[in-house]
Amino acid sequence: MDWFRRVKKSILSSEKKQIPDGLWVKCDGCEEIIYKKELANNQHVCHKCDYHFRIGSQQYIDMLLDEGSVEEFNQHIKSVDPLDFKASKKYSDQLKNARHKTGMEEAVRSVTGTINSMPLTMAVMDFSFIGGSMGSVVGEKIARATDKARENKTPLVIISSSGGARMMEGAYSLMQMAKTSARLKLFAEENLPFISLLTHPTTGGVTASFAMLGDFILAEPGALIGFAGPRVIKQTIGQDLPEGFQRAEFLLDKGFVDRVVDRHHLKQELTTIIEFCRT
Amino acid sequence: MQTVLDFEKPIVELEQKIEEMRGLSAADDMDIEDEVQRLQEKLRKLSNKVYSNLSRWQRYQLAKHPDRPYTFDYIDRMCSDFLELHGDRRFGDDKAIVSGIGTIDDTKVAIIGHQKGRNTKQNVYRNFGMPNPEGYRKALRVMQLAEKFGRPVICLLDTPGAYPGIGAEERGQAEAIAKNLFEMSHLRVPLLIIVIGEGASGGALGIGVGDRILMLENTWYSVISPEGCASILFKEEGASKAPEAAEAMKITAQDLMEMKIADRIIEEPTGGAHRNYDETAKILKKIILEEIQSLEELDTDTLLQQRIEKFSKMGTWED
Repeated sequence: MDWFRRVKKSILSSEKKQIPDGLWVKCDGCEEIIYKKELANNQHVCHKCDYHFRIGSQQYIDMLLDEGSVEEFNQHIKSVDPLDFKASKKYSDQLKNARHKTGMEEAVRSVTGTINSMPLTMAVMDFSFIGGSMGSVVGEKIARATDKARENKTPLVIISSSGGARMMEGAYSLMQMAKTSARLKLFAEENLPFISLLTHPTTGGVTASFAMLGDFILAEPGALIGFAGPRVIKQTIGQDLPEGFQRAEFLLDKGFVDRVVDRHHLKQELTTIIEFCRT
Repeated sequence: MQTVLDFEKPIVELEQKIEEMRGLSAADDMDIEDEVQRLQEKLRKLSNKVYSNLSRWQRYQLAKHPDRPYTFDYIDRMCSDFLELHGDRRFGDDKAIVSGIGTIDDTKVAIIGHQKGRNTKQNVYRNFGMPNPEGYRKALRVMQLAEKFGRPVICLLDTPGAYPGIGAEERGQAEAIAKNLFEMSHLRVPLLIIVIGEGASGGALGIGVGDRILMLENTWYSVISPEGCASILFKEEGASKAPEAAEAMKITAQDLMEMKIADRIIEEPTGGAHRNYDETAKILKKIILEEIQSLEELDTDTLLQQRIEKFSKMGTWED
């Protein structure tokens, strides 16, 4: 018998599904073609495979906080270009484009509001703004949201989504890790919960600071969560990475997140936690 | 073997020439003292010229110079006694971060530092100075010991980054660093941070929160290495653009002073720390004692308040 013999007649390839423009979207999880409206009605979760599509900060705010309760604060803090950073692109142009594209000033939004009638302070990162990277403004807004929760004596929820620190602000962006962590330490002296939700992806300096400091750490299914990115790890060790490495379920198994939470249950679970912590 | 960087070459060549002439004059009893003196004057001028005009990339190269003094080189020269303390009590003993207790003159301190290796074998043992989570956890454990007994802590930063490996992720590299930032911000004893070589990103900051941030003259500290930055921003050209990335990110001690992140630059002997360990350690020791003394004059609450304010001010934005 041959050592190497092809068992199958030929390699089977499934027919590539094409995505029609506009009304439909292809699921990244199972390649199902989904009607966009239906997806939105299902909180951007695939009805077939439960793949969680990435959503923006506004969608989390709408989904979690009671209607009419939301007030944004510090929305006008603006990034500047402290290093006059020019590489392949100019940072000042990147900022301009990101603002234009997203209609936001920065990669995080901070709000107060209520969740099932209980007051809450929340900061939500937005990956669409320069990959949710943390520069001075993101750090400052997270720090101020933490202070706001402390002053108002409300629980704090931070929803992370970030590729890490913002290189274009050099050491300033690095120091935001220390700034946010220090302010969370102050917050921790109050008997108030800090709930950290990790969404796809949460990596680098954000993971290695406030995102991992929650009293409760929740993650969305399938979210990539880690310190180093998979590409860097693969390059360093020169091996393929194990299946499911750095996914939310992997972190759950290793003991670094409390729960992996389906988006449909998120509001209820946050409510349960906050009620537990109310004295 | 001595490593000589491109821009160091003319200096080292001149030095060798002077040595040779000295050898000749001793052997043949020739009087070439005038000539030697002339060359020494030339050497002095050349050194000043080269070292006062270093580009950011050249400083970066000096910071990671394979002959540069590492944590133990300083500990051996500064401490009359030093007991290394091992292990995080959870998983193991990381070799890329060392920690322990010792005495500098009459001051009892805890010292924590990244440790690189001097040759391939040592570097494998030290993991090239790239810590795993247990390194950060060991560091915190020793810092909290110092806190318990009211001793100041000195952290010597010198790492090309926290290790990006499978085990590191499994054991919570991010959590370990985050926890250190959190706890160090409120450690109730003076915390003196000194960048002695490379300050690469979270891997450095993980033992880098403190009351004063000092940087040796030829060191760098930033959010990512120039090579890493270049490979992300310049895709195809990649690492060959690293000198440009170093310029763009402004990574040197001088830059961090201007950014109001570093508090003080520690001058190195001419030619850099790697050319004179004893002298560098002497300078460092004097400054450490001076800094600790002034931090110990503050009451604990003021110390902590100032530490939080220090990091709160970092960054730039328009309100």
